[in-house]
Order: sequence, then structure tokens, then C-alpha cells
Amino acid sequence: MILVYINSSNGISKSSYESITYGKKLGDVIALTNGGASSDDLASLGQYGASKVLVDRTINGDDQQQLTKLIASAVENNSVKTVVFSHDLVGKSVAPMLSVRLKAGLVSGAISLPDAEGCVDVNVFSGKALGKVKVSSEIKIISLLPNSIQPEENGSACPVEEITADTGVPSIKVLSTKKPEGEIPLPEAELVVSAGRGLKGPENWGMVEDLAVSLGAATACSRPVADIGWRPHHEHVGQTGVAIRPNLYIAIGISGAIQHLAGVNGSKVIVVINTDPEAPFFKAADYGIIGDAFEVVPRLNEAVNKFKAS
Amino acid sequence: MKILVCISKAPDTTSKIAFSEENTKFDENGVQFIVNPYDEWYALVRALEIKEAGGGQVTIITVGGASDDAIIRKALAIGADDAVRVDSEAKDAYYTAMQISSYAKENNYDLILTGKETINYNGSQVAGMIAAELDVPFVSLASKLDVNGSTLTVEREIVGGIQVVELNAPAVISCAKGMAEQRIPNMRGIMAARTKPLNVVAAQEIDNLTEFVSYALPNAKSAVKMIDPENMDELVELLHKEAKVI
Repeated sequence: MILVYINSSNGISKSSYESITYGKKLGDVIALTNGGASSDDLASLGQYGASKVLVDRTINGDDQQQLTKLIASAVENNSVKTVVFSHDLVGKSVAPMLSVRLKAGLVSGAISLPDAEGCVDVNVFSGKALGKVKVSSEIKIISLLPNSIQPEENGSACPVEEITADTGVPSIKVLSTKKPEGEIPLPEAELVVSAGRGLKGPENWGMVEDLAVSLGAATACSRPVADIGWRPHHEHVGQTGVAIRPNLYIAIGISGAIQHLAGVNGSKVIVVINTDPEAPFFKAADYGIIGDAFEVVPRLNEAVNKFKAS
Repeated sequence: MKILVCISKAPDTTSKIAFSEENTKFDENGVQFIVNPYDEWYALVRALEIKEAGGGQVTIITVGGASDDAIIRKALAIGADDAVRVDSEAKDAYYTAMQISSYAKENNYDLILTGKETINYNGSQVAGMIAAELDVPFVSLASKLDVNGSTLTVEREIVGGIQVVELNAPAVISCAKGMAEQRIPNMRGIMAARTKPLNVVAAQEIDNLTEFVSYALPNAKSAVKMIDPENMDELVELLHKEAKVI
């Protein structure tokens, strides 16, 4: 049996459907979640292959120790052989704790299904290379990088069963939560528009945001821009920022230092706009435009709007 | 406050990545090793700031061979009081976490800090594993940490946002950007680091759970297609028809 943990605190996201689709390719899937998501939303996991959804409504998931106990008890009660997470905050915090509790080897940031030998590919060296990981324990844990598999809808809504596990009292108290409204979370975004120092100042980001809105893309930036405070740190992509693998990455006024490339070279298609024909980023690009961002970006925005309207 | 900071050796961010022995080993030829930036810039420097404000001790720990002593001295030069090296190659995250937990159990730390991940394996695994083994609370991806007695106030990244949480020490916290500013060791620190205690301890017998069986470099990109800056309609058409991404 395959157990897929779903973080439903913001509703069911695309990465949840990706994890279920991934699990379904390994065997029969039970989904597990917690908190207050509606049963109709949870039942939709059946359309991607879950045979049922277990939900513990008594815990909200803010405490990693409680979540670990919840998942461990579901593993024990359902003879689970593989646990799948999405490689988000939960995959990065609860999956390692579960690994110790179950003595189960963990593959972090998986980008492939297990091959014939059971080895799974992951990005290593911050995206500069790939590694094949073999897990020797009987129970295996896989934390799946967003955008690594296309969700496949092939079933119908499934039953949702409420459960209560013995998870003890929380040791972490939440004082406040801030969630930016309407923004597309960067790690999950399929399209990303990113800009760097070539834009000369934070006041010039309007055209980048306009293009992102026209495309339905998330915005990102290079490290220097985050460091000098033109853009928030959570937008910084690169070796010491967020590593992303969108379908399309548009880099505006970013030279393409090796540390930046490390965070984005998993992107399927890269478009580079730069005034400098020698910018190293062109070597990593699929499409290149040598030109002034202040002219090219509004022109591209116009072309995108025209395309969307047609 | 007694703080343990876990550090790891990582190749310098500008290193060219290559593999040897039929792509089964990282090729260390010509590679400069550094303290993993998240461990150094955020975990270690924040630990030092907490000690400077409220007293205590900052110990660094790593799992590795004698060749790791250079990065340990660097961390001592930045200001850690003493260091522990568990004398063994780090076989996987579980092995590393169990070695550190075993040392921590005997020495009762109030706080264990790590970087959010290493820049070579990017697993984000060790901190959570230590927390689970010690059965203490774990806060991951922390961008701020304040200490008031034994109360810890932590700002952390959550799915699609930021959350401020409170908990009691002892705890394990993995540190991300925002936690502290990088410190460059000064000459006095470098001199002092030479004589600070570096305690080499034998490794426990622990089986690893995972293994990297091989590595590969990403496929080289085909040549870039240059597009006339006047003709963005062409780019949009290529993105739609050829690349099929919009």
C-alpha cells in the first residue's frame, strides 16, 4: 500500500494531485491529511487515483511532532510500504522525522519514479547534477519535487474517512500567520518571470509584474536584487535561494552566474533578455533576445496579450 | 544557553561539478571546500549572536574525516568556542543525524541549529532526523530566532507564507536566509581558532538507509535560438507552437 500525505491547509494544490499521480504509479494509494479542508475537496483526490482519503480533523499540522505521529500510525494501520510527500515545508520537516521513527530511508526532492532497480533520481549540487538514490530499508519515503510529474486524472471521487490518531499535545504554539494574497507560490509555478540588476531599480518592476500577470506567471529575482532589498527574499532563485523547475523561465537583465543557473536549470524552457551579448546566461537559454529590457519587455507583454486575446 | 551547531563541508559555490569512478564518486580534484553556507551564515552566526547577548557556549559538530579539520578551524575562527568531529565519512543523512544525536544525548544542549540544507545534497534531512531521535520539537526553515530564557520565538516559512511560532527549549531549528548576516573571520579569530579544542570522537555503528549509486550531469542544452528584439510576436509563437509552454 502507498500512503500519500497531502498538505491541505491551503486547499488541495496541484502538487497534491502530482503526489497522488506519482503514488498511483507505484501501487494502491491511500491519501492522508489533517485540518479543515472540505470533504468535497478531499474526495477529488480520488479522481487522480486515491482509493480513499483519511483525515484527522483534530490537528492542524503546525506541530511537526504531531504530524509525524499521525503519519506513522497510518503507516502501521495500513501496512504501508511507501510514503509519498510533496517536497514542500512538510516534505522538508516531517519526512525526515518519519524516516527516523520508521527507520525508513528517505529520498528528498525526487524527480523520477523508481527505476527497475528501485533507484530514484534527485537533483544534487543545487541542480548542477543528478544523483540516483537507492533505499535499503523495507519501508521507503519519497519526497517529490513539485512539477516533476504531470497530474493524471483517471478516476472518480473517493470516500473520505475521518480518523483520530493519538498525537499528544502540540509543543509549538502559533502566534501569527501571514499569507500573501493572490500570489502564485514560486516553487509550484509553471511559468516564472524573473529579473535582475539590469532593471536598475525597484521602481522598474512594474513591467515585470505586468508581464507575469499577462502570462499567469510567478515573479522571481536574482540574489543581488534580493540582497539590496529591491525584492523580497522569498523571490530569490538560485543556489542559496529557491530552486525551481517551471515549464518556462524568463530571465530579464540577469547575467546568469553559475549560482543563479543552479537554481533554474531544471526549467524546461529558458528565455533570456539581456543587453549584453556576452552574458553567460545565453549559453543556458533556449531563446535569447539581445536588447534593452525597457523596450523588449513591454513589447513582449503586448504580444502575449494579443496571443491571449486571439 | 548551550548551543550545538551542525556544520557540513560543501564544495565552493563556483566549483565545477564532475564525477569519477564511473560516475559513482564526486570528483574532489581541484575543488575548494567551504563550510556549507547555510550552516555558516545563518546557524553559526545566529548562535554566536545569542551567546553574545545572553551568555552560554557554542559548540560545532561535524561528521567527517581529518580533511574536514580545515572547515572546522574556519568555523572556530568565526567564533565558536569548541568543536567536535565524529571521525567517519558521512554515509547518508540518517547516519550523520544518528551520530550527532548520539553525541547530543550525552551533552544536553538547549538548542541545536543547522542550515536549512547543504548545497551539495540539498536534502533538508539531518535537522528533522536529529529532532526525531532526541524527541524534541523541530522548526524548519527559520528566518528569525529570538531567545528569552528557555522560550524560543521563531519566524518560519510555511507553504505559501510566513508564520511566527513559540516553543520551549530544548529544540532543533534549521536556519534559512534572514537569520543573521555573514561574518568574515578576523586575524584575532583565526589565531585563536588554532588553539581552541577540537574533540575527535569515534563513530557509533549505525547502518545507513540510503545510498547514492551514481551521478550524472544534466543534458547539455541545444544552441540558443536568437530572436529579433523588435519581433516579440515571433517569440510568443515559438513558445506556443515549438516549446508548447504557453
